[in-house]
Amino acid sequence: MSTNQQPPTTSSPQPKPVQVKLVLLGEAAVGKSSLVLRFVNNEFHENKEPTIGAAFLTQKCRLEDKIIKFEIWDTAGQERFASLAPMYYRNAQAAVVAYDITKQVSCPFLHALSKTPQKHPFKPKHYIALVGNKLDLESERTVPTEEAQAYATEQGLLFTEASAKTGEYVMEVFTEIAKKIPLEQLLASRSRWCRAGSGRVDLNQTAGSGAAAGGCCQ
Amino acid sequence: MDQQYDVIILGTGLTECILSGLLSVEGKKVLQIDRNEYYGSSTASLHLNQLYSKFKGDAAPEALGKDRDYNVDLIPKFAMASGEFVNILYHTDVTRYLEFKQIAGSYVYTNGQISKVPTSTTEAALSPLLSLLEKPRAKAFFEFIQNYDFTNPSTHDGLDLNTATMREVYAKFGLESGTQDFIGHALALELNDEYIDKPARATYEKICLYVNSLAMYGKSPYIYPVYGLGELPQGFARLSAIHGGTYMLNKPVDEVLYENGKFVGIKSEGETVKANLVIGDASYFQDKVKKVGQVVRVICILNHPIPDTGDADSVQIVIPQNQIGRAHDIYIASVSSSHNVTPSGHHIAIVSTLVTNPTTDAESEVAAGLALLGPIVEKFVHVDDLYEPLSSGADDQVFISKSYDATSHFETTCADVKDLYKRITGVELKVEGKVAKLKDEE
Repeated sequence: MSTNQQPPTTSSPQPKPVQVKLVLLGEAAVGKSSLVLRFVNNEFHENKEPTIGAAFLTQKCRLEDKIIKFEIWDTAGQERFASLAPMYYRNAQAAVVAYDITKQVSCPFLHALSKTPQKHPFKPKHYIALVGNKLDLESERTVPTEEAQAYATEQGLLFTEASAKTGEYVMEVFTEIAKKIPLEQLLASRSRWCRAGSGRVDLNQTAGSGAAAGGCCQ
Repeated sequence: MDQQYDVIILGTGLTECILSGLLSVEGKKVLQIDRNEYYGSSTASLHLNQLYSKFKGDAAPEALGKDRDYNVDLIPKFAMASGEFVNILYHTDVTRYLEFKQIAGSYVYTNGQISKVPTSTTEAALSPLLSLLEKPRAKAFFEFIQNYDFTNPSTHDGLDLNTATMREVYAKFGLESGTQDFIGHALALELNDEYIDKPARATYEKICLYVNSLAMYGKSPYIYPVYGLGELPQGFARLSAIHGGTYMLNKPVDEVLYENGKFVGIKSEGETVKANLVIGDASYFQDKVKKVGQVVRVICILNHPIPDTGDADSVQIVIPQNQIGRAHDIYIASVSSSHNVTPSGHHIAIVSTLVTNPTTDAESEVAAGLALLGPIVEKFVHVDDLYEPLSSGADDQVFISKSYDATSHFETTCADVKDLYKRITGVELKVEGKVAKLKDEE
């Protein structure tokens, strides 16, 4: 385990964290879960099994004037046979689209991505980062940086190459997304949802106990 | 795709997905396949174009709004807030993936008009449902129900609900037939009057379920997932996937393979996959099920709330059989943009009932329900056969779920899940505490 990067911190009074749902996209075995484990736990496991076990992971990202709490949803392997549920994309504000820089075969996804907006519409308010993973395997690279960069620019995506194994540029992926997310807009749309949201019930808080719940703006 | 699994599950309906989740959590290696390209099978929620393509074979008119703003349930059901389904959601922590909202009100059709089912004693006192003379009698009945304790004979007032029928209970309190309709059909949600001459306990428990569910959040006993019922199978599928379950949509099942009458595997697109047992809905096993009835369901798109419901964004309306001279109740379930299932300004109302006479026009069976909706923009009529498995699965290792019935909630679905679970694993399904907590204790 090499680099140990921490998000930038600030000593001024802590703003309230704003929750952002981030989904991972990309072919099987490009290292989606490894990128998240590096970001959340600063860990890396060689020969990690296909995703098993975590519903979603959370990690806070501190910027100068705001704290973003990422709720990161992993595909749980449902992408393997093109069977990702629409629920997965539901209300996601950000996405990390990962590929493997050593595998051209993981790249057709880049081209498929241009079809994605019709099938699972990420509107402009959503922030998507294209991430070339396995930068530590530079000598085996088959996807040129320039090509991916050009594609990302054309599609309006953030672009980084990173290594979940060494940790290089992993934190940057998430802080760049965090910086781009316009919190005011997000909070405004949430409070609209809350006002329209009378009658919401929170089963996580109340199942089995019988208490009523109304508030949703934490 | 691997070649050997513990369990193969065919279809991604709610029952199949709950079992998939439960079995994967227990460490079983599960492969779940659906011939459709979407999750949910008959419990899916469809976008507008999918709906038009399924029922009309063409594209949706643009005037109805955006395709993906619609999530239209094929089978109308709500969750009872204190029912077994919510226990299963809580037990499995699938609540993490879903958001629920209340259904704004529950109504009952009596004497030619709809009235709100009272949600408090104040509402009950003002309700036009019961006459002034009837109200004290009804009050006495509800106090009896509330205080009844099976272990304490002094609360029984001479009626043992294990043996006494509901007819005897109604007679004891002198309740009029309209009040009986209200209690039996709007609260106990009995589908017809067969319950009246059966032991009262089952109906007593259904009344308690209604009252306890109503007490949870206050507006109605029902809650409903934002984005439609199709979210429910997806939530359990995710639970299964997270614990190693493999998913393949848009995958035909070409053949189910048996050796000596016992299930051994399936064939799909030239590949053979083996497993110890198979679970699936009736559509995958037409030779191993029997038809037990038919439900007609008419999905209606409206551009207004249902009249006389105080512009409610979501309602249930029960039309008791006696009120319209039928053999089964008609249900109306309506949801709208506040549950993210339509664009703003549109409502979905699904009118359903058990088919009494299969030879008549199915739509005429629900005419009394359709008449309450006001102008209807579009109608989609479907008649679904109800199937049950011919055998328990013990001999052939084929475990088939029952079709989703005409009830307005998921309690019978849960009973089927629990029954299948017991037949498959040999042990009772316990839904107390959370799965994760149970694991920690091991």
